[in-house]
Amino acid sequence: MNDKTDVWQGTLALMVLKTIETMGPLHGYGIARRIEQTSGNLLSLNYGTLYPALLKLEQEGAIASAWGVSENNRKAKFYRLTRGGRRQLAKEARDWRQATAILARFLSPSGGVA
Amino acid sequence: MKRLRAWLVRLAGLWPAARRERELADEIESHLQMHIADNLRSGMRPEQARRDAILKLGGVEPAKEAYRDRRTVPVLENLMRDARYAIRQLRKNPGFTCAAVTVLGLGMCASVAVFAFVDATLIKPLPYRDPARLVGLFETVQFCPRCPLSYPDYLDWKRLNKVFTAVDAFEGTGFTMRTNSGTEMVSGAQVTAGFFRTLGVSPVLGRDFRAGEDSPAAPRTAMLSYAAWQKRYAGKAALLGQTVTLNGAPNTIIGVLPRDFHFAAAGEPEFWTALHASNSCYPQRGCHSLHGLARLRDGISLQTADANIKLIAGELEKQYSSNRGQGGSVVSLTELEVGHIRPILTVLLCGAGLLLLIACVNVTSLVLVRAEARRREMAVRSALGGSRARLVSQFVTEAVVLVAAGAALGLVSAKWLMRLLIGLIGPDQMAAMPFLYGLSLNVRMLAFAVAVSIGAAALFSITPAWRSFSPDLREGLAEGGRGSAGTTWRRFGANLVVLELAIAVVLLVGAGLLGKSFYRLLHVDMGMQPDRLATLRIAEPDSIRDNNAKVVALAREIVSRTASLPGVESVGISSLLPVMGGNTMWIRVLGHPFHGEHNEVGYRQVSSGYFTTLRAKLLRGRYFTEADDASKPPVVIIDRALAEKYFPGEDPVGRQMAYSGADSPPMQVVGIVDDIKEGALDETTWPTLYVAFNQDPDDYFALVVRTSKGERALLPTIAGAIRRIDPGISTFDQRTMTERIDNTTAAYLRRCSTWLVGGFASLALLLGAAGIYGVIAYSVSRRTREIGVRMALGAQRGTVYRLILQEAGWLIAAGIGIGLVCSVAAASLLHGLLFGVRPADPETLATVAVLLAISALLACYIPARRAASINPVEALRAD
Repeated sequence: MNDKTDVWQGTLALMVLKTIETMGPLHGYGIARRIEQTSGNLLSLNYGTLYPALLKLEQEGAIASAWGVSENNRKAKFYRLTRGGRRQLAKEARDWRQATAILARFLSPSGGVA
Repeated sequence: MKRLRAWLVRLAGLWPAARRERELADEIESHLQMHIADNLRSGMRPEQARRDAILKLGGVEPAKEAYRDRRTVPVLENLMRDARYAIRQLRKNPGFTCAAVTVLGLGMCASVAVFAFVDATLIKPLPYRDPARLVGLFETVQFCPRCPLSYPDYLDWKRLNKVFTAVDAFEGTGFTMRTNSGTEMVSGAQVTAGFFRTLGVSPVLGRDFRAGEDSPAAPRTAMLSYAAWQKRYAGKAALLGQTVTLNGAPNTIIGVLPRDFHFAAAGEPEFWTALHASNSCYPQRGCHSLHGLARLRDGISLQTADANIKLIAGELEKQYSSNRGQGGSVVSLTELEVGHIRPILTVLLCGAGLLLLIACVNVTSLVLVRAEARRREMAVRSALGGSRARLVSQFVTEAVVLVAAGAALGLVSAKWLMRLLIGLIGPDQMAAMPFLYGLSLNVRMLAFAVAVSIGAAALFSITPAWRSFSPDLREGLAEGGRGSAGTTWRRFGANLVVLELAIAVVLLVGAGLLGKSFYRLLHVDMGMQPDRLATLRIAEPDSIRDNNAKVVALAREIVSRTASLPGVESVGISSLLPVMGGNTMWIRVLGHPFHGEHNEVGYRQVSSGYFTTLRAKLLRGRYFTEADDASKPPVVIIDRALAEKYFPGEDPVGRQMAYSGADSPPMQVVGIVDDIKEGALDETTWPTLYVAFNQDPDDYFALVVRTSKGERALLPTIAGAIRRIDPGISTFDQRTMTERIDNTTAAYLRRCSTWLVGGFASLALLLGAAGIYGVIAYSVSRRTREIGVRMALGAQRGTVYRLILQEAGWLIAAGIGIGLVCSVAAASLLHGLLFGVRPADPETLATVAVLLAISALLACYIPARRAASINPVEALRAD
């Protein structure tokens, strides 16, 4: 448990968006589990923080929600990506890739001095 | 964009909705169920599966709380909860709420209404282009700091100055206007051609005067005020090019001025004509009838302009003997238009401000008493984990709700008060203050109200919060809200009530001084009996203007017709009425050394019946008779002031005087009359010379009629009878002498300020008494047990009375003492409005002190009585 990393500030939204994009409409619990799985169980996600994050994305219009029935016949709220959400995901993913690439250069053995 | 959207959704989330809450519960529940099912599948025991699911969620309630925080705006949500709680609290205490809101509303009402006047007068710019660069030009002589210019002097100033981009002149006047029903007197003004361009005002219809249109030979043209256009031409554009007959001459109408245009310095003219400089006055340097208007050059200050004009006036003084003793002066136009009411507005604003302050102090002490009673509640809430910020925010919210209610009440009632005050201003004064037309609530007033509200809300929230948290909250819990908590409050609340009483003293003293001035002013020695006098002004037909014999004959006819009306006792004529001020002449006494100095005296042409009709006091000699006419050598009557100044130690009767001109014929003094108030009520009487109307007539004069009763009702009859003599006669300005005196600026300013400051002071007295009542009543309620113990130990009722009234007495004495000292200082602010009374008038100060002391002691008697009737057994058993 202790060697797991907490979710970094600001990355949860991106993970949520990517997960929904990959999986299609999904309920909160499914999103949470999927994020943990994708991280290879390296991330420790407090499920309680997921719902405010979902609400925030919904308020911003990146995702929309509707009640539906889960795989084992349970009533659950499903979240799907909106067109705005797709745009946001593309942009944030690009930003992240750029940021990690820059950091990777700094942290590479050659010291990033070209 | 998406931030904004999120915010809007969150704001919408402030409205509580049970559905949203249910959905949240459902979603969390379904999440848990799915998690538990998964856990069970992975082999956990049921209770372990549930525990793990809840743990992963970080607890059900915390998860929901985090969600809710995101759903709405927590700060706002708390605020709304506080507000709801505050409103509930306030509704639970209707007595406190009503008292606080009413008191606050009163203070707001007075200050907002007075501010409305200040705004309209001193803040709102005049309706001209760049009004700050406009100035008025005056000639100055020893007794008259702002005197009109003569036309030649105006031309010289215009030509020689280096400080103005434009210099123009105007003269407020009256025109006789031919109408279908006879001849009417209309207000008017004559202006030089560039006047409106200098002001930066363009007509809404037609055109302005063209350059050169004011030359004597130019065709006559006129412009109309917007109001005259509406009233006389029903607002039709067809009036352009029509002619209107003014003073017997046809004028072509060329334009209409904007609706919001006003120019108080010229009165309230309906017709504006170009000044053709054609009458006999204009060519003379000694005849002063014009007012100057100029626009300052860029970068030139008022002082520089003033210095330049003084220099030019000095040159002219050396050049022309007629300019002897004459300086020049430049005054800002704003000062000219609103300067006369600035002192009264300052006083009213101070009065309203003090009333507002006393209201705030009163409410503060109410709020404090309530906070004191809620110390325990605060202590409990704090002990239960309420943060200091949350507790303070509760005070703030309550204060805001309270102030909002008070402000709403104040604004609504201010609207009424403003209407009432405008009603108080007579039509005459309104004409002198055209900027007050259309006075109504505006943005600046709302801003003022909001600023005051914020201040008040801060006061009402900070004081109780500060009090509640000092010295220590826990104390409130420990002591159970009884006993010694009162002592600290008593010290603080007592200071407040002293402040309140002191302010009440200041306002009462102000009102007293103003009232006394007003009384003194109205009882100033007029030198006549103003009651039962009807007066009106008359312009004889334009056709006989230059024929003295006909003017005199018609005047005699007017007098005899009027005298024959029932209810008329006697009739007199004067070129001008008392208290109106007016024309002056330069005189010399024959037989005294004379070197061309300007002995300026007031000057009136009066008929034989004038002095007897006024019931003036003849000191020596005789009055004029009908026999003093053009066939006899000129005779004059002088007043006491003239006799004392120019005939010191001599008997003037039988002596000869003349005007200063070399060819002026000698005039014999036949009588001395006691001083009559010909000028302003609050100024010393200027020496006045009376000449016989029949020897020096005027086609434009005033009629004074002594009636046996009902002078007001008789005025239309008199006017009708006069107009029946000749339809060319116009009568106007019908008024009783008492009305004239009441409407003089001197009386009017003091009447208004007396009523208003008096009103403020009465309210302050009421609030002050209520304040000390509150303090003492609260103190008694706090000391019930102590008093019970004292009585149980044998204290008499008298002792208890003394105990309570002594406490009150100290506070009252301190309040009155401080108040008296402050009011002596504050009264110096009033000095411009005071008349016949010193700022530190012992009579007023003593009256106020006694009045306030009695009211305050009476207010304290009620709680003292309650204290004295405490039943010691019950008092000790309580608690």
